[in-house]
Amino acid sequence: MNKAFQLCAAALAVCAYSSIATAQQADNSMNPAISMVLQGQYADYKQDPEAYELPGFMLGGEAGLAEAGFGIGHGELVISSNIDDMYFGKLTLAIAEHEGATETELEEAYIETLGLGSGLTVKAGRFFSSVGYLNNQHTHAWDFVDAPLVYRGLFGNQLIDDGIQLRWLAPTDIFFQVGVEIGRGERFPAGGASDEGKGSKALFIELGGDVGSSHSWQLGLSHWSAEVADRQSGGDVHDGGAAEIPTFTGDSDITALDIVWKWAPDGNYSQRNFKLQFEYFKRDEDGNVNLENSGPPIEMTSYKGEQTGWYAQAIYQFMTQWRVGVRYDSLEADNTGSDVDVLSEAGLDNKGHKPERSSLMIDYAHSEFSLVRLQFNHDESYENTDNQIYLQYVVSLGAHGAHQF
Amino acid sequence: MRTFRRLLAACLLVVALPSQAALQIFACEPEWASLSEELGGEKVKIYSATTAKQDVHSIQARPSLIARMRKADLVICTGAELEAGWLPLLLQRASNRKVQPGQPGYFMAAEQVERLDVPQVLDRSMGDIHSGGNPHIHLDPHRLQKIAKSLAQRLTQIDTTNKTYYQNRLNDFQTRWQIAIQRWQQQAEPLKGLTVVAHHKDWRYLLDWLGMQEVATLEPKPGLPPNPSHLAGLKKQMDKQRATMILRTGYQQARPSEWLSDKTGIPAVQLPYTVGGSNAASDLFGLFEDTLALMLKAINQ
Repeated sequence: MNKAFQLCAAALAVCAYSSIATAQQADNSMNPAISMVLQGQYADYKQDPEAYELPGFMLGGEAGLAEAGFGIGHGELVISSNIDDMYFGKLTLAIAEHEGATETELEEAYIETLGLGSGLTVKAGRFFSSVGYLNNQHTHAWDFVDAPLVYRGLFGNQLIDDGIQLRWLAPTDIFFQVGVEIGRGERFPAGGASDEGKGSKALFIELGGDVGSSHSWQLGLSHWSAEVADRQSGGDVHDGGAAEIPTFTGDSDITALDIVWKWAPDGNYSQRNFKLQFEYFKRDEDGNVNLENSGPPIEMTSYKGEQTGWYAQAIYQFMTQWRVGVRYDSLEADNTGSDVDVLSEAGLDNKGHKPERSSLMIDYAHSEFSLVRLQFNHDESYENTDNQIYLQYVVSLGAHGAHQF
Repeated sequence: MRTFRRLLAACLLVVALPSQAALQIFACEPEWASLSEELGGEKVKIYSATTAKQDVHSIQARPSLIARMRKADLVICTGAELEAGWLPLLLQRASNRKVQPGQPGYFMAAEQVERLDVPQVLDRSMGDIHSGGNPHIHLDPHRLQKIAKSLAQRLTQIDTTNKTYYQNRLNDFQTRWQIAIQRWQQQAEPLKGLTVVAHHKDWRYLLDWLGMQEVATLEPKPGLPPNPSHLAGLKKQMDKQRATMILRTGYQQARPSEWLSDKTGIPAVQLPYTVGGSNAASDLFGLFEDTLALMLKAINQ
């Protein structure tokens, strides 16, 4: 935490320094690109957002709902630059308010090669995993206020790990890329940094191309696995004692499929365009769940889980500055274990419910640097159906960011 | 884990492919594809990332573009931040060291010439302005000639074995271009001193060359789409001080310029803007011929 603040202070010092532009032109010209993202929202719920759950899924990471009423979301400070002719470096600090305290989190801090030759690239540090399609996009680039339910349920919104990625891009006209990742495996949904700090692994394959000048597509297949040791998720407090924290140890495997298709008349995206996006995830887990701080003796169960989820969304920009979007989410959990009560305490009992959610949004981008969005969710994540309304702004300051396909 | 290793091994095997004979060129815009064609002839293979129907400010960093850049020996773009929304991402993801900034394979046309309208003050409230000045340099034939010279040098640097070939192509191009410029300047004599309204500041260099002047833009600020109140203001302005034509490209909306034309009687003209922007604009020569023909036609109406 302290370190994160120091980094933040250092970054701000760089910002301040860069504004003394004219006098020290020569020193300043090597400054990295700096940009900031500011987000804020107003949220209205029918149900209590604190009571939110996804039956059958052990929630962690940033899985909760935004607080009701006004709130500032996730601010980001992004600093990036070529380091030399060999490496590129990037730092993203996320700044958020959490229960009355300002928290700084190191979201990304990585270096990446600028072409090792033969289409190979190595990335090292903390980065968004290339599993799935939406996973390596920043929250400010999302088309909806919130993450798809399957991302919330499996990753606590996003899969981020410390480690190394090696990827290879084929020398073909069609886009074909394969990559592997080895991560520390300490952050949710892994845990414990097992195998001496090499606890998670991922493999991904991406294909993409154009059909005529108006259509473009991308297809991805990915697999993630981890040896999880003591992954904790939100616990319940009983009788004023210490919270009983459900803790999973075992193997976790996720397989994902993603498809994206984009259209614009003659490939001209500035006025009208359309995007269709679909992702499917399946997770298998095998191991034990303990309730920490329970007992003695500590309550535990064997646990074998199969959780699947998908979402599909369509975004249509019907005129310059204006877009509308729809999204549908569906999840299903099928978990078994030796002690049904412990499974239930851990949130792994699906309660005979299949989480679903339908969303509608409209947004207005005055320029490419600002956006205001109105979103409505009909959320059946758990048995109490919720209607959620969000009004959000997302703006970026500073260096012109580039957005991925 | 075993599958990982097998896949990786398979990948590494395919890597050892023989390099193609022709120089692979990735051009961000059709005008640079066309110029590369003039200078590189049969020694180069060119891929144009965009067409005349696309607004280059808002191109998607598509997988197909990443794949094409991966294979490029030379990337030719306008630069001056015109491609800021997609080119950096392509460079980062293409895993191609040859075309990174500072390498011979990275050629930014705008860096070869002097730019106009370099802002003294930079602030986003002024719209999407570029710190390097107006990037739409290709419509000044003199600047284009200078860029051609630099590009030929660059081709020679990357592909030394064909040095004389590129030099001959450049000489031939320069000769034809010089004659064409003389002819165009004579033809364009009646345009001198005239004023225009532009959709976006796309014509800065063309107008500068022809001695014409842009008095207003349909966009209230660079990058922001025309809106009714701004257009109404332009109508008033035109009632007082009439311009001779309203210019737009093929990828911009026709409606705002048609509306203003309707209200004021000033002809709205769609110019090719780049190679492929009209049937006649099939190469750089055709681009300038057709541009002048359309403008002359508008004033003779």
